[in-house]
Amino acid sequence: MNIRAQVSMVFHLDKCIGCHTCSVSCKNIWTDRQGAEYMWWNNVETKPGTGYPVRWEDQEKYKGGWEKKPGNGQLQLKMNGRLGMLGNIFFNPHLPSLDDYYEPWTYEYENLINAPAGDDQPTARPISLVTGHPMEIKRGPNWDDDLSGSEVYAANDPNLDGMSDDERQLMFEVERLVFFYLPRICNHCLNAGCVAACPSGAIYKRGEDGIVLVNQDVCRGWRMCITGCPYKKVYYNWSTGKSEKCILCYPRLETGQAPACFHSCVGRIRYLGVLLYDADRLDEAVGVDDAALVRAQRAIIMDPHDPAVVASAKANGVPDAMIEAAQQSPVYRFVKEWELALPLHPEFRTLPMLFYVPPMLPLQAIANDGRLDVTQDSEEAADYFGTLEKARLPMRYMARLFSAGNEEEVAAVYRKLIAVRVYRRASTIAGEPDADTRKVLAAAGLTADEAQAIFELTAKPTFDERFVVPPLAREVAIESIMDPFTHKTKAGFGFRREAKRGQ
Amino acid sequence: MADLVLFVAIPYAAVVVAVVLTLYRYANNRFSYSSLSSQLLENSVLSWASVAWHYAILLILTAHVLAALFPGLWARLLGGQVRLYVIEITGMGLALIAIIGMGLFIWRRLTNPRARAVTSTGDWVLLAVLLAQVVLGFITAFVYRWGALWYLQTAAPWLESLVRLNPDTSYVALMPWVIKLHFVGGFVTIALIPFTRLSHALTIPVSYLWRPYRLVIWNRRQAVRE
Repeated sequence: MNIRAQVSMVFHLDKCIGCHTCSVSCKNIWTDRQGAEYMWWNNVETKPGTGYPVRWEDQEKYKGGWEKKPGNGQLQLKMNGRLGMLGNIFFNPHLPSLDDYYEPWTYEYENLINAPAGDDQPTARPISLVTGHPMEIKRGPNWDDDLSGSEVYAANDPNLDGMSDDERQLMFEVERLVFFYLPRICNHCLNAGCVAACPSGAIYKRGEDGIVLVNQDVCRGWRMCITGCPYKKVYYNWSTGKSEKCILCYPRLETGQAPACFHSCVGRIRYLGVLLYDADRLDEAVGVDDAALVRAQRAIIMDPHDPAVVASAKANGVPDAMIEAAQQSPVYRFVKEWELALPLHPEFRTLPMLFYVPPMLPLQAIANDGRLDVTQDSEEAADYFGTLEKARLPMRYMARLFSAGNEEEVAAVYRKLIAVRVYRRASTIAGEPDADTRKVLAAAGLTADEAQAIFELTAKPTFDERFVVPPLAREVAIESIMDPFTHKTKAGFGFRREAKRGQ
Repeated sequence: MADLVLFVAIPYAAVVVAVVLTLYRYANNRFSYSSLSSQLLENSVLSWASVAWHYAILLILTAHVLAALFPGLWARLLGGQVRLYVIEITGMGLALIAIIGMGLFIWRRLTNPRARAVTSTGDWVLLAVLLAQVVLGFITAFVYRWGALWYLQTAAPWLESLVRLNPDTSYVALMPWVIKLHFVGGFVTIALIPFTRLSHALTIPVSYLWRPYRLVIWNRRQAVRE
């Protein structure tokens, strides 16, 4: 056992209203610079939709992530082996171009004020932030926002590839139109494609908290990480010639503040907590068949109350505060205890460490003799919130997103989400769950207490229940590592090493 | 006197400048080391330009360096007439490919507004010097045939005399001016390394071939331990 800590996030998609506040706060703090204008370390996509960069999930085009070699089943980066990688270093054939993202622009606002008097209203033309020339705007980072059903965008979602025409028809029928939002940041993977692809070895995972960072002094702009990341969450700064990515706001975490995207989240959909995982079993978890990937990833997330796990974490230098946080982690509850939160596209085999609770979507009322009927011709109380069979989002589509095609894995989550709603309705209206409700709970594998706890943490958590991460140790801070007095007697304050003569 | 400047002063100065300033830049401004790729901004012309240029120039450079380092081995390699033909034709072919690649590089930066936006004065100087250098090299190979052979009696011993700190310009004093320019151009290119993006040539990441795929860095393990 080799236990490490990972700061991890859960997105409760039922609560996401698609307001893009997370994206904007992130942009204002981190990517409002020349060369970084086109980067959205945090972005929110409409699903079904093509996303940003366009069709990023299509790995036949972008070659991100890992794949099993046909012969011996060994894992290899989809883009290339080691030698092939260096062979492509002069030109990366799979690199997205700026047009796959969008060309960033501003407007010629000065013209509104400085234009000479004339017969026409002055206009503010769009100006490219790359060339400085006037440009025609063709695409933006959320160009297909809310455009489900669109032939141009939603219909080209790579996740629809496996679906029949009938199923597509159902999803895009005007009266049944369905979509939800998918906020995305760097997944801070355990088996990151970007880390493996970097020829210079500039990208690394921090041992203490699992944050994946690009060392800007070591990066040489070989741009393989951009292809290696299947989520397209490493970006190339065309101005500095270096790669950049989401840093999980570590400077904020180090001062005990939540990441900007988390803090600004209007729907309060985000939960940030610590997971303890067994680093010795990573190969095991990435080597299984597609259908078993979610289960295998769950299996290496360890019980933070297990004394053996705690001992191993301590031996690795995980601070006590992190272990305590892991024991109260909301993320652990969603991911491991309740098995409600799933990783995004586990089939890329990078072990992404951000998790999503799939959305239920509101009930669809159907006009019935002048009144809006939500029960859809059913008298069963359990049917009030819909059934899997009547789910507005097809299980096959959700399985493509969150469980590498294993529909049972997604269905199990939905059974629980439905059960919690049925249970809450019963306890609100009748005071206590009736036989029907108990049946639904049992089918979902939940107890009434669990359903109540899921409801509490879903619907009315306080900030401190959603954000359970201790202030991370700063690069030069010693307080969380050792006793300040011991440190003072050995090194004096201000040094990280012992101040020994000649060393 | 001119020969002393061209074939002694300039080479030594170039190497000293390159070594000292490269180390200085590495120590003080490591961030500046980058390929400064512009592939994100324009990649259709670049796919032809970059692959052609880099592979051709690396092979040509390897031949230059090998012949200078191991003249005996090189002479044996050229043993037969057929082999000499093959080497000469390959060399000229590669030089042509390099010229085409460099031409495309320059054309791309002149005509593509995005590529132009990230082109500095240093880039233009470097592009001009490199183009001149490969063109001179091609003329040398084409007009003054069998360079693969006479290199061993001229440039190689001159370079060796430079390395032995006993410079002897007599080996190259009688060369035509085109070839002399090519010699000097080589050292000018070396001198440009610390001032331009050419420094990326020094950071070829060969260690990628054996480093582990996962990289974990612990901050605190470097800190003072009780």
